[in-house]
Amino acid sequence: MICLENIHKSFGNNAVLQGINVKVEAGNSLVIIGGSGTGKSVMLKCILGLIPPDQGRILVDGQDAEHAERDAFLARFGMLFQGGALFDSLPVWQNVAFRLLRGALKRSPAEAREIAVEKLRRVGLSADVANKFPGELSGGMQKRVGLARAIAAEPEIIFFDEPTTGLDPIMAGVINDLIREIVVEMGATAMTITHDMSSVRAIADKVAMLHNGVIQWSGPISDIDQSGDPYLDQFIHGRAEGPIEAIR
Amino acid sequence: MILTAPLEFIGRNTLSFLAAIGRVTLFAIETLRQLFLPPFYLREFALSLLQIGWLSLPVVGLTAFFTGGALALQIYSGGARFNAEAVVPSIVAIGMTRELGPVLGGLMVAARVASSIAAEIGTMKVTEQIDALVTLSTNPMRYLTVPRVLAATLAVPVLVAVGDAIGIMGGYFVGINRLDFNAAAYLKNTVDFLEFWDISSGMVKGAVFGFIVALMGCYYGMRSGRGAQGVGRATKSAVVASSVLILASNYVLTEVFFNA
Repeated sequence: MICLENIHKSFGNNAVLQGINVKVEAGNSLVIIGGSGTGKSVMLKCILGLIPPDQGRILVDGQDAEHAERDAFLARFGMLFQGGALFDSLPVWQNVAFRLLRGALKRSPAEAREIAVEKLRRVGLSADVANKFPGELSGGMQKRVGLARAIAAEPEIIFFDEPTTGLDPIMAGVINDLIREIVVEMGATAMTITHDMSSVRAIADKVAMLHNGVIQWSGPISDIDQSGDPYLDQFIHGRAEGPIEAIR
Repeated sequence: MILTAPLEFIGRNTLSFLAAIGRVTLFAIETLRQLFLPPFYLREFALSLLQIGWLSLPVVGLTAFFTGGALALQIYSGGARFNAEAVVPSIVAIGMTRELGPVLGGLMVAARVASSIAAEIGTMKVTEQIDALVTLSTNPMRYLTVPRVLAATLAVPVLVAVGDAIGIMGGYFVGINRLDFNAAAYLKNTVDFLEFWDISSGMVKGAVFGFIVALMGCYYGMRSGRGAQGVGRATKSAVVASSVLILASNYVLTEVFFNA
């Protein structure tokens, strides 16, 4: 279980997170929604220790993230970055098998490559892609390679940062289905950031909406249309009028 | 208000300069600490050695060759004022090995390597590749900085030695073909007056310059701002900082080596 308690984070005078409290049960899929610049990515990066929170506590299965042994802690996570964040200088299979080629999970290159090709197949990419470089792939293929990398070491917790941004609706649907399948199949705990409401409905068990640095609303996906929360209603229906100012 | 404004400006810039020195020093200490901690990324080290050493050879070699030739012409025309034309071979050799070889080699490597390292790491930062490294349980300092700094520290002295030889050859070429020196006498004068310390001091300078160049490239790359402008600024800062630090440290090293 991931538990965020009273997380605060400011950048200069800009207080991005102002007391975030979130719980994600093991094996559940939480989708975080909210306007651009509301601190959704900052929240994920705080959990991973990429950005230290100014205040508050992050617990993963009861263990304080701040005091955990870094390598062992991070070995439990996989992350799909918004832009893929693939390493340009490495071929696709080495990107996917990055964790399996070094460190505590190190395998032989042949074995790592075999696992990489299997994970690529899992995300719908053929073995031919394995030897290509990220620059030779389309945006959708890069996302899928990023997804393959996120699941390569079969982590317990997977973060997805805007997995469908910049993709056409069909490719977005493919990625949504893949994420759902992978989470169910692996029994992983998932946290996803997205603006795409079709992704929310496809991926989420629970939804949390971030607004003005706090969780404005959270609840099961089945309650999203009857929440009665004007902020959530405005966001999910994409209305210009409402309590959320269009110009921020 | 008007009277205090210049003082505020000076104070602000002094504080920001001192803070920058502090950050660079901490970055250098952390790099040296990580140098001795496993895992060691041999593939990245070998690639850096190739990029920094082997691929810088043409630019360093050409610079040294033309500098050696120009130096021979200058010393010949200057020396003619007091009938000292015969010192051309020895002054070219000493000038190249002690000073021009390491400094010009260092500056050429700064232009080629510091910019490339800063741009590469800066782009990795803005495209979240550095964050991805962390999430894949890989320390970016150990994976990106250590191999580059180690490779530059080892490769630049070798580049300097090769540059010295090419620069002396440039002087020899001009001496024989333009200044009518006897080939055997030119070589004899070069070898007779050259001491081992002339060459090794230049190589020590090369190691220091290599360390500076890679460190500045990595430091500014890691601190790169967002977008193309951020990467561009990081690249420019890496080249400017490493060039200035090379010239400043060259003076300090020359004081230590030859003026004690």
